[in-house]
Amino acid sequence: MKKRLITAGCVLFWLVVWQLGAAALDREIFLVTPVAAAKRLIELVPDADFWKSIGFSAVRILLGFASGMLCGTLLAVPAGKFPFVKRLLSPLMTALKSIPVASFTILALIWLSSKNLSVLVSFLICMPIYYSNMLSGIEALDPKLTEMANVFGIPATKRFAGVYLSQLLPHFRAASALAVGLCWKSGVAAEVIGIPDGSIGEKLYMAKVYLETADLFAWTFVIIAVSWACEKLFLAAVGLAVKRIERM
Amino acid sequence: MRAEKICKAFGENVVLKDFSADFPEGGITAVMGRSGCGKSTLLMILMGLIPADSGRVIMPEKRRISAVFQEDRLCENLTVSANIRLVTGKRLSPAELDGHLSAVELGGSADKPVRDLSGGMKRRTALLRALLAEYDVLFLDEPFKGLDEETRSRVMEYTRKMTAGKTVVFVTHDSRECEVLADRVIEL
Repeated sequence: MKKRLITAGCVLFWLVVWQLGAAALDREIFLVTPVAAAKRLIELVPDADFWKSIGFSAVRILLGFASGMLCGTLLAVPAGKFPFVKRLLSPLMTALKSIPVASFTILALIWLSSKNLSVLVSFLICMPIYYSNMLSGIEALDPKLTEMANVFGIPATKRFAGVYLSQLLPHFRAASALAVGLCWKSGVAAEVIGIPDGSIGEKLYMAKVYLETADLFAWTFVIIAVSWACEKLFLAAVGLAVKRIERM
Repeated sequence: MRAEKICKAFGENVVLKDFSADFPEGGITAVMGRSGCGKSTLLMILMGLIPADSGRVIMPEKRRISAVFQEDRLCENLTVSANIRLVTGKRLSPAELDGHLSAVELGGSADKPVRDLSGGMKRRTALLRALLAEYDVLFLDEPFKGLDEETRSRVMEYTRKMTAGKTVVFVTHDSRECEVLADRVIEL
């Protein structure tokens, strides 16, 4: 309870700083007050188009996230087992981690319609995160536990969940905590460049074109809230899986 | 089970030289010796986990084995009961498992992740896992390591009860453990 009060106090402090800064600047085009941004958000909420935009972006970004998660995790398995595969994938993963989102996006616009751009960009951002984390988890698997499982003759399914998954899930959780937020950031950034109709990115772009700073802040708040909710929900699901495996 | 002329060296360091012994069925054989004399190496060779440089181990085929290793070898992210159920399955009811846990002074720890346990509690979990597994031969490598005197006495008593009539090979450097548990002692 005390911790929550302190967090709320900190948030309030920065809202007051924002309010005072905006009041001192007195130019809504440059910086709106938090009150004006909140008002605009309240105006947007009843609009069906608002929810359609969130749905449009969420479906694509989460599809990219899920496929990146799956692909990164699956590629880490042979890479952890065969050094050649790890060496082969190393330049690709290093490149994916270093290339800016803007470069991906512009290149992808040549191949894809802007509508599905965020799927590819979120995929390319998530995949190396899961790959690296799961690979370090696989490399850290304790061979003595495998030997123990052999001695006791633990059956394959139990061995997979109890011996291997129980060691890998903390790595999966760490990757997820990083990847969910990043895929939203990169997915929306891609949409701002590609401007697909009916996306959150398009709304941000329009806010910039028409200098509607209140809209820009309102949509930014929406992105933060949706990204936060996705992260919490996904981590809660992973946490449940961890608990289930812990108790087997 | 029989070991015949087992030799094992790690580089220049010869740890076992022409070691031969019989390990009778249904009896507890203690292998005793000071630290570093090759007791754990012998146990690993008997279990088939490391090869001998020469000599052989004669063990009837399809023997189920159970063990307390030199290290605890527990799944740190699993609870105490999950670690034990990995080897016992659902053979034991929760009440039965609680009874065994209490006997080794782990009562109330069933749902604790192993990573949160003390060294002594981990050792007892590893011992209980080995005792509750289905086995024909049980190998114990210093199973009471790190236990205080009082706990050690109780856990030894429980181990004696649980292993009655079973084939057990255990290594120790403690003569009292041999007195309480062993039917036969081999000095290494």
